[in-house]
Amino acid sequence: MNHKGLSRQVVEEISAYKNEPEWMKKVRLQALEYFQEAPMPNFGGDLSGLDFNKIHYYVKSAAGVKNSWKEVPEEIKKTYEKLGVPKAEQKFLAGVKAQWDSEMVYGSLLKDLEEQGVVFLSMDEGLQKYPELVKEYFGTIIPINEHKFVSLNSAVWSGGCFIYVPPKVSISLPLQAYFRINAKNIGQFERTLIIADEGSFVHYIEGCTSPVYTTDSLHAGVVEIIVKKGARVRYTTVQNWSKNVYNLVTKRAKVEENGIMEWVDFNNGSKLTMKYPSALLVGKGAKVEMLSLAMAGAGQQQDTGGKAVHLASQTSSIIRSKSLSHHGGITSYRGLVKIAPRVKDVKSKTVCQALILDDKSVSNTYPAIAAIGPNCELAHEATVSKISEEQIFYLQSRGIDKSEAEAMIVNGFIKPLVKELPMEYAIELNQLIRLEMEGAA
Amino acid sequence: MKSLKIQGLSVAVEGAPLQEASARQGKTVVSEVNLVINPGEVHALMGPNGSGKSSLALALMGHPAYQVISGLAMLGGKNLLSLNPNERAKLGLFVSFQNPIAVPGITFGQLIWASFKNITDDNKRDVREFYTEVKKQAKSLGLKEDMLERFINDGFSGGEKKKAELLLLLSLNPKFVILDEIDSGLDVDTLKIAAKVIKGLVKNGTGIILITHNQKILQYVKPKYVHIMKEGKIVQSGSLKLVKEIEEKGYLSF
Repeated sequence: MNHKGLSRQVVEEISAYKNEPEWMKKVRLQALEYFQEAPMPNFGGDLSGLDFNKIHYYVKSAAGVKNSWKEVPEEIKKTYEKLGVPKAEQKFLAGVKAQWDSEMVYGSLLKDLEEQGVVFLSMDEGLQKYPELVKEYFGTIIPINEHKFVSLNSAVWSGGCFIYVPPKVSISLPLQAYFRINAKNIGQFERTLIIADEGSFVHYIEGCTSPVYTTDSLHAGVVEIIVKKGARVRYTTVQNWSKNVYNLVTKRAKVEENGIMEWVDFNNGSKLTMKYPSALLVGKGAKVEMLSLAMAGAGQQQDTGGKAVHLASQTSSIIRSKSLSHHGGITSYRGLVKIAPRVKDVKSKTVCQALILDDKSVSNTYPAIAAIGPNCELAHEATVSKISEEQIFYLQSRGIDKSEAEAMIVNGFIKPLVKELPMEYAIELNQLIRLEMEGAA
Repeated sequence: MKSLKIQGLSVAVEGAPLQEASARQGKTVVSEVNLVINPGEVHALMGPNGSGKSSLALALMGHPAYQVISGLAMLGGKNLLSLNPNERAKLGLFVSFQNPIAVPGITFGQLIWASFKNITDDNKRDVREFYTEVKKQAKSLGLKEDMLERFINDGFSGGEKKKAELLLLLSLNPKFVILDEIDSGLDVDTLKIAAKVIKGLVKNGTGIILITHNQKILQYVKPKYVHIMKEGKIVQSGSLKLVKEIEEKGYLSF
């Protein structure tokens, strides 16, 4: 089951191999039809380099699923060590799910979480153990026919996380997962479903890092989150795909009465990222906050942003987006704030700040606001600044070399966002940015 | 401490990021300047607006818009002109700018520590001790402590900018200093503080070029040498007596 290309047969084989219930096979096949009919997106970046026939749609890891760290193969451990995973685990971990190719090879769940009734599994395991729960929510936040890449993911998904947090359970440490693409032409189609029951809290972190490859790769993930009444979910992504990866991820949360959704999204790597975390604010008093940072260097394009759909009164949204473009990179902010008819007392604020490091680089902003009801406050601010030769000269004249000077300005620019991350990630990100500035990454 | 030797230095403006420079784009702004400043000497550099005083300072620091056409500038026997601005700073050169630029995103405290580490190679200095010292120095200049948490020159008043440059001087203890109108816009008390800082440097053996339009600071600092610059050239050099002549006749007679 390592062949390239996509067909009905491939989808059926995936489903059979995973021993899935019949309904999931039907969902997959239906999604495949939608995928085949759907047009490519007509906005964002250039996707003409994508050849769907050259992608592996499912790769089974030789290692299989492991439930303790000891059983994880040495070679895999070494790779994670280079990525800084074990360190993060030792200090912060409440549970680890690291995806190796398209499957979980390692999973651990702390006992106290288990005792509280928290479910933290790979999506595949989740489907086996909690089929009803998965069936109830799968594809309800992001319909399988939403767009071409959602349909594709729905047809061939593998891996990803399934999390259920029972009512009033608050998980103090973040749950983490690492994703990695490790072979040529492997598409990663992870599928994540998080259900935070009434009054609960969970912080989920996914950190994506991957080595450099010579052929184009595709990452088309789908993340669905249900934030029930009074619950709060924070979803943090630190993304550093290698620079030949098309990173097309669809993320959406449904937020019920007085629920809070927080998207924290850092996009560093990939050739092209198109990602617009969104929230459907369906209950009175629901809130969403989105913090994002996009960084684009040579040959890279980050088309990112956020969407807030206010479907209930007294809901609020805050979108803070920062972007950095350097060495000819392109960053674009694409946002949407939508207020449904007859919805009132809505507050929404969008702040976009772009920093451009040189003349070759570009930053775009495409905000959109649709409909406005009674007593709604909407604000949008956008600023673009450029590091000037004069600023660099000043810092140089104080003994600081050019790359350090640039890194200092950049770090100052992103600091308000980086401080939202757990310390290990913040350090990793600062190092990464320094390397990027020097053109070494 | 180190001597600065400038021989036959001519400078043209290349790009035009500075307002003053833009009007004279591509023109020679410093012409055949010769100067020798020994350790512990203060040389006042005076002259009408646009005569090339700031251009000389910026060219010596290595501003990218200023292109050296000919000549030499040696600091302690090393050719400054072949070095990057940060390498010149490391060699011991410090220019206090007339209107230092704001750098949002970096705090003044960060700057001063990064500067100290890069210039002095002092790896043993404890960062907390360093800041304690800096805070004391800031206080002696009449600066508030929160200054270190503010972004470099961002929203600083004219006086605060000058004091910030003085604070850098105090903590870096450079080997050679060019002060470009450090006295302009300062009230009399701050002027006295500035003079005190300058005298302290001189005592340490630092050589200084003091660019100014005002007699006041010269009364406090009492430079041994005064040079008059006009149209990029040093047209006359002499003692403090020259200042009196300028006062009486203006620059037209030179």
